[in-house]
Amino acid sequence: MKKDLVIIGGGPAGMAAAVAAYRAGVRDLLILEREEKLGGILTQCIHNGFGLHRFGEELTGPEYAWRYEKEVAELNIPYLTETTVISLAPDKTVTAMNRTLGVFTIEAGTVILAMGCRERPKGALNIPGTRPAGIYTAGTAQKFVNRKGYLPGREVVILGSGDIGLIMARRMTLEGAKVKAVCELLPYSGGLARNIEQCLNDFGIPLRLSTTVVEIHGKDRLEGVTVAAVDEERRPIESTREYIPCDTLLLSCGLIPENELTRGAGIAMDAVTGGAVTDEERETDLPGVFAAGNVLHVHDLVDYVSEEAEIAGRAAARYLAGHRPEGKPITVRAEGGVRYTVPRRITGHGAVKIFFRVGDVYRDREIAVFDGDRLLYSRKTKKLAPGEMETVALSAEKIASVESGEIRVTLRDPKNNK
Amino acid sequence: MKERILTCIVCPRGCEIAVDLSEDGSVTGVRGNACPRGSAYAERECTHPERTVTTTVRCADGGVASVRTRTPVPRDAVFAVMAAVADVTAPATLSVGDIVIADVAGTGVDLIATENRRPTK
Amino acid sequence: MKDALIIGAGVVGGLIARELTRQGLSVTILEKMPDVAMGATRANSAIVHAGFDAKEGSLKARLNVRGSEMMEKTAEELGVRYRRCGSLVVAFSEEEEETLRTLLSRGERNGVKGLKILSRAELLAMEPNIGDGVTAALYAPSGAIVCPYELCIAAVGCAMDNGAELHRNFEVTAIEKTTDGYRLTSSSGESVTGRLVINCAGAYSDEVAKMAGAGTFTVHPRKGEYLLLDRECGDTVGRTIFRCPSKMGKGILVTPTVDGNLLLGPTAEDIGDKEDTATNAAGLVAVRRLATEQVRGIDFRKIITSFSGLRSVGSTGDFIIDMPIPDFVNVAAIESPGLTSAPAIAEYVTELLEKAGWHFTPKEDFNPRRTPSHAFRDATIEEKNRMIATRPDYAHIVCRCETVSEGEIVDAIRRNPGAVDIDGVKRRTRATMGRCQGGFCTPYIAEILSRELGIPYEEVTKSGGASRLNVGRTK
Repeated sequence: MKKDLVIIGGGPAGMAAAVAAYRAGVRDLLILEREEKLGGILTQCIHNGFGLHRFGEELTGPEYAWRYEKEVAELNIPYLTETTVISLAPDKTVTAMNRTLGVFTIEAGTVILAMGCRERPKGALNIPGTRPAGIYTAGTAQKFVNRKGYLPGREVVILGSGDIGLIMARRMTLEGAKVKAVCELLPYSGGLARNIEQCLNDFGIPLRLSTTVVEIHGKDRLEGVTVAAVDEERRPIESTREYIPCDTLLLSCGLIPENELTRGAGIAMDAVTGGAVTDEERETDLPGVFAAGNVLHVHDLVDYVSEEAEIAGRAAARYLAGHRPEGKPITVRAEGGVRYTVPRRITGHGAVKIFFRVGDVYRDREIAVFDGDRLLYSRKTKKLAPGEMETVALSAEKIASVESGEIRVTLRDPKNNK
Repeated sequence: MKERILTCIVCPRGCEIAVDLSEDGSVTGVRGNACPRGSAYAERECTHPERTVTTTVRCADGGVASVRTRTPVPRDAVFAVMAAVADVTAPATLSVGDIVIADVAGTGVDLIATENRRPTK
Repeated sequence: MKDALIIGAGVVGGLIARELTRQGLSVTILEKMPDVAMGATRANSAIVHAGFDAKEGSLKARLNVRGSEMMEKTAEELGVRYRRCGSLVVAFSEEEEETLRTLLSRGERNGVKGLKILSRAELLAMEPNIGDGVTAALYAPSGAIVCPYELCIAAVGCAMDNGAELHRNFEVTAIEKTTDGYRLTSSSGESVTGRLVINCAGAYSDEVAKMAGAGTFTVHPRKGEYLLLDRECGDTVGRTIFRCPSKMGKGILVTPTVDGNLLLGPTAEDIGDKEDTATNAAGLVAVRRLATEQVRGIDFRKIITSFSGLRSVGSTGDFIIDMPIPDFVNVAAIESPGLTSAPAIAEYVTELLEKAGWHFTPKEDFNPRRTPSHAFRDATIEEKNRMIATRPDYAHIVCRCETVSEGEIVDAIRRNPGAVDIDGVKRRTRATMGRCQGGFCTPYIAEILSRELGIPYEEVTKSGGASRLNVGRTK
């Protein structure tokens, strides 16, 4: 089989990329989705809060996905569900399998990677103790409750204050479980402030910062956890150990882009994001292969996922039309509290929106972009937090004015201008 | 005069809003919000707080479907809505926007489906 | 009445069951847990030792060397992954180099072939990541790796395919002598009878022996904690890297696994509780520290899980394989190199029985072979498509991290000895064992288990007993 464009993943990124590519003229395209329906992780995110930027109204996950499913259907964009991609070769041959076609290959003109992300599992967190049932990532619990209709437990402790953990604290409470505490290793929450308000505070669920789970108890099913406060080096303080009886421990300790296929194709990766290194078109260092959404870097809002995927979709269309970047790219470097940027290089001449995240909580800082020592852009901010993605929009004129071949995105304290 | 600090939940920005309250509990001033929706939220939150309820309903085929209240309901009615949802069995075939329970728990707000589903095999 | 009752479905019990079935006996295996391979077999170093550690003349030495010779063929027949990767014992001092020379000569006397002492330069050429403090090493080309629970499952499965029975959740609590054999009664009151009893009860083999009045030895559990790293780290070393042995065992090792992961461990802690498999922070820290001395560049950010296992350390210092009373065989204290020795132990037990007057009429249609559990995974695309044509569920991937299909999970549930819980599926297919540790696929595997076993979804367990995944339906 041959296709101009193969999109790996039919979640919000894959669908938005497909629609954008179609509107930009691509007709010979195919979405490959491993689940039984399109929508990706949104199908289990039944809470509201999606789409304010994109649609100007507050939607639930399934409703947000439905907006794109409708477009995919209206445009007759073909897709295969319950189809798993096994490998992507450097020559853009996609190998996949499903029940009707068996193992099959597609020679793709372009590929958009839209595989999303996964949660950090328990093992990687390496908590001592036993290995009983009742320990899940928040997303697994979300799947049990929201898609399967089963309750994983009645007395819950949540480790990590990522948004999915906060959302599940409310969800389990609504379904009759008692959420005893949300423990966060860091001195601040990685979740959105609104979720702390409406998912924890509404129900009187305590958020215990600088606290972690140090031991797991229980033979068959979880019986309890020992929690402890941590010092500045994040080491547990022995004297603060406290046993909390519970039958469920949910882990909400961050998300990791799912890039096994990307690595398999030999594409250059960014050690900070866990995603590919791309330019502003979201093109990886393998020409004709693009990445968008949580597979590229973990987003806080699906609205931005859609936006990014549209960039990749349009870029794939341009690639198919023969467009290739010219000249020497501008390198984008993250500095001074900025953990990473997407893109990492700029190859075109248009306006560019740089997405980035900070590594700590900052108040009253200025976001600054430099070309060498020359200030290219700056903006004052009241508060920056690692949980929230920030953006900087640079006009085409500003990009054209860059002389050093590199721009630096950084934070500075406006008081001493450092 | 009292000041109450709120985290706005209208959008993901999560503005910290200061609300001035008079002795009788009425709102006399709102500060810190980035948009008009924020001030409306702050006023509502201090006088009659509301929440959208999102949950699942059991369907005739034994599976579940995702649902929500079409608009926010009084925060105090959230568990009454949950109890009402637990009492019904929805059809196995649903489309986004279908009314699953009209005027759920006497709130005057309909509970609607948020997904399209067909009966499971 | 059966010919043989085997207590304990670990790798030793499993291979003995297969061997006695081959010899024409009717066999019933009694396992107190809901699945096979749940004791020491579940969590150990997965090493086929060359045979230079055990004192010459000991049963350990003899069965180790013989087991090491037999393992490749046993694994091949049973469709179990096995890799002769070679092993290295590293020395950090002049004193330890002396130990290497002792091991070398002991190994040669035990009959181990190809042993050689390597200088640091030779070692570096072989293993570029070897630790900075390492001065020399003993190289054993016959060292190998195998997956212990895969071997056990396949051995029990092969025995069952040839007619053996497996009774799960059968904890032997009473042993009576009858006129023509023994009656074993379980904690739930069931009983079975057999002419012969083989005690392969691992950590509990001393208690079982006492029940029968067949020995006064004791077995105590020694806990070993391990860290398992992602397959991205599997090529950090090419061979198993041991430290010089001490009285607590062979020390921490760093080894690739047959699945391509990197395994570090074990600690060695003598404990009292035969069920205590909890890991503790100090143990895991020790594993990291020691492993780092042996091998440079281990990426600890790639840890995917930590676990611990119990070794059954006997009071005599050697394996205890005897027939103290008629037709009751103890196979006890099978600590390291127990896995390596297991095929030879099965052979040895058969010989022991023959010496005691048992005559065997080998089963004519005995099939020593078994289709590998990884048959689909390892197939070519053409073969895969042929398999998918008759079984489309092979093309539906359930575990995305380890690429395990629904068909393979269904096979794991249907084939002898069938998986009955999530961990059972994991040990048979690798599903849930990857980077997401079951985050995505657990709810689906539960669905397949529910469907195949005909049990309600909420009754699916992680690992039998009270380990249900869910407490009930919502609403």
